[in-house]
Amino acid sequence: MTMALSTAPIGNSSSPLPRSPERFSQYRELLLILTTRDIKIRYKQSVMGLAWAILMPVLIIGSGLIVMVAFSTVSGKPVNRLDIFSVAIKSVPWAFFVGAIRFATNSLVMNKELVSKIYFPREILPLASVLANLFDFLVAAGVLTVILVVAKIGLSIYLLWVPPMIAMLVILSSGCGILLACANLFFRDVKYLVEVVLTYGIFFTPVFYSASTLGKWGTLLLLNPVGPILEGLRDVILLHKSPDLGWLAYSAVWSCVGSLASWKVFKNAESSFAESV
Amino acid sequence: MTNHAIEFDNVWKKFARGEKYDSLRDLIPSAAKLLFRPDDGALQQREFWALRDISLRVEQGDALGIIGPNGSGKSTTLKLLSGILKPTKGKLTVKGRISTLIELGAGFHPDLTGRENIYLNGTILGMKRTEINKKFDQIVEFSELRDFLDTPVKRYSSGMYARLGFSVAAHVNPEILIVDEVLSVGDYHFQEKCFNKMRDFVRNGATLVFVSHNLTAISTLCKKVLVLKSGAPIFHGDISAGIQKYHSFYEEETKSSSLEVMNVQLRSAEGEERDIFEPGEKAVFEIELKALRDIRNAHAGLQIHTADGQLIFVTATSRLTGKKLTLMKGEHATITFSLDLNIHGNVFLLGFTMTPEIEVPGEWLYYNPRLKRVIMTDGRKCQGFLHLNPSVEVQLEPKTSQIEFVPRS
Repeated sequence: MTMALSTAPIGNSSSPLPRSPERFSQYRELLLILTTRDIKIRYKQSVMGLAWAILMPVLIIGSGLIVMVAFSTVSGKPVNRLDIFSVAIKSVPWAFFVGAIRFATNSLVMNKELVSKIYFPREILPLASVLANLFDFLVAAGVLTVILVVAKIGLSIYLLWVPPMIAMLVILSSGCGILLACANLFFRDVKYLVEVVLTYGIFFTPVFYSASTLGKWGTLLLLNPVGPILEGLRDVILLHKSPDLGWLAYSAVWSCVGSLASWKVFKNAESSFAESV
Repeated sequence: MTNHAIEFDNVWKKFARGEKYDSLRDLIPSAAKLLFRPDDGALQQREFWALRDISLRVEQGDALGIIGPNGSGKSTTLKLLSGILKPTKGKLTVKGRISTLIELGAGFHPDLTGRENIYLNGTILGMKRTEINKKFDQIVEFSELRDFLDTPVKRYSSGMYARLGFSVAAHVNPEILIVDEVLSVGDYHFQEKCFNKMRDFVRNGATLVFVSHNLTAISTLCKKVLVLKSGAPIFHGDISAGIQKYHSFYEEETKSSSLEVMNVQLRSAEGEERDIFEPGEKAVFEIELKALRDIRNAHAGLQIHTADGQLIFVTATSRLTGKKLTLMKGEHATITFSLDLNIHGNVFLLGFTMTPEIEVPGEWLYYNPRLKRVIMTDGRKCQGFLHLNPSVEVQLEPKTSQIEFVPRS
């Protein structure tokens, strides 16, 4: 008996890449509606509504202040205004990164019904989680902008760096998100590991302090690809100076190569999602 | 260029049974175990074939029914078709826009309202926003849930949930519709509506693949059937033969120590042997048997079952003649029932029984409820199981116009 191994795609409906622009736009609509679904559900279920988007960053900023006060009592250096804003500017994107990864990791397992019953490109689910968190981020960032304006932080040409840096952060989160979503589908305890890593991650990322305060050890913090992005955001928004281009390029490479690699892994594993979920 | 909408070429699908490591915590000790105790054969993954070597073609516009016992691979086949699963071996081609009704409302979110879920589910099933806008009213109309549109679907009853699910899916306008046992939900009226909708799809040239345990529904919608058993295709072809095959799974070959059926014939009044009849036609059902031991004062019975196994007609020699049947060992007898087949539009199964003098429920000298199948053509004048040979007269007051009755096409 001869049997051809299946390498041919199964019809248009299930080929891994959308073949026609029409399909592509259909999947874009699906991404959009799943994103709005995630946002709507979050706000319908919570009493606080939009305040939820601000709560997480506020909590992080709060704990950052405590750490800073503790540092200053040890070192004897008083906490200055810029340090506080620096923590605020870094906490909001960090909260996004943590939230996006947390939700994306669970996205496939939480949508078990969809994964096992209906076909569509599965990466839409973790990506929708990232986008829903991006919405929260934009709300929090809006509030932060108002605060910074009121505090007269001022404008500079370097602010043009903000959008590409946010884009890098989104790509980086998406890359991590789809890889972890896939891992969590096969190994259900991945989400606990992710939880632990994200909780302690704040100590290995320059959120509460800048890399430079640690002297030569600061480089270690920047090896974490989120680090240079956060440092860069602080540089351009608060210090009105150019970000460290070398480190930023390092993060950019991580974002792009990492995302492509995890997308590849995701696509390879995709065909067995339905039976493993 | 062929116009096959669906092609299976030697498709196999493997599943792993039993223990599966779905956490890292389990994986590490098991990997360690494997390291210290090398593969002695016992640790091999317990895999099994959920589908074995399925090859079939469905032409565009055809309706294929898939039947088989639970766990025979029906749903797996549908999941392969819709791209949710990939075949382990073999090749599978599907041409056209697919809509799957594998589980109604699979994409619904309980916290969203009916309205929001129509958009969500519609998009998941492959419609565009503009398309949903256009069909929104039709969908709501069909579901009959207008009053509940702004209620979160978690407050819906399961019937309402299914209604909304079917309504959305039915408006996707697919070229290929894949339906998995979804007609069992909702009230009778709605089931009928869904069923008619599916029939409209087929009439309008869509390809249908339909899994159901409702054999009556299958035999009304589909001309061809695929019968699966333990993942293997047992039969592919004509619906009535398929249904007979399917029923035979549930019973071993009828073995009776009392008698042996030598020959069975179903004939028309003219003596022509066939199994397709017009409703109302006369038929002759003849059973030739040989007694394997002495049979005294027995009753020979005729049964008619619907495709679903519902008994709709019973008669017996004793009822018809008032006489009982006595046969000595080795004697032959031919029992001929004549009857008007006032049944309609479906597959029916003719059965033969032999009961002892004192009837005890469940005790038979011989029992085979599906000895012969008969296919009743659809008279188009009516629906349902019975052919009551209807006619009608309509009088209008005042007599201004005439109604014309045109046979439905």
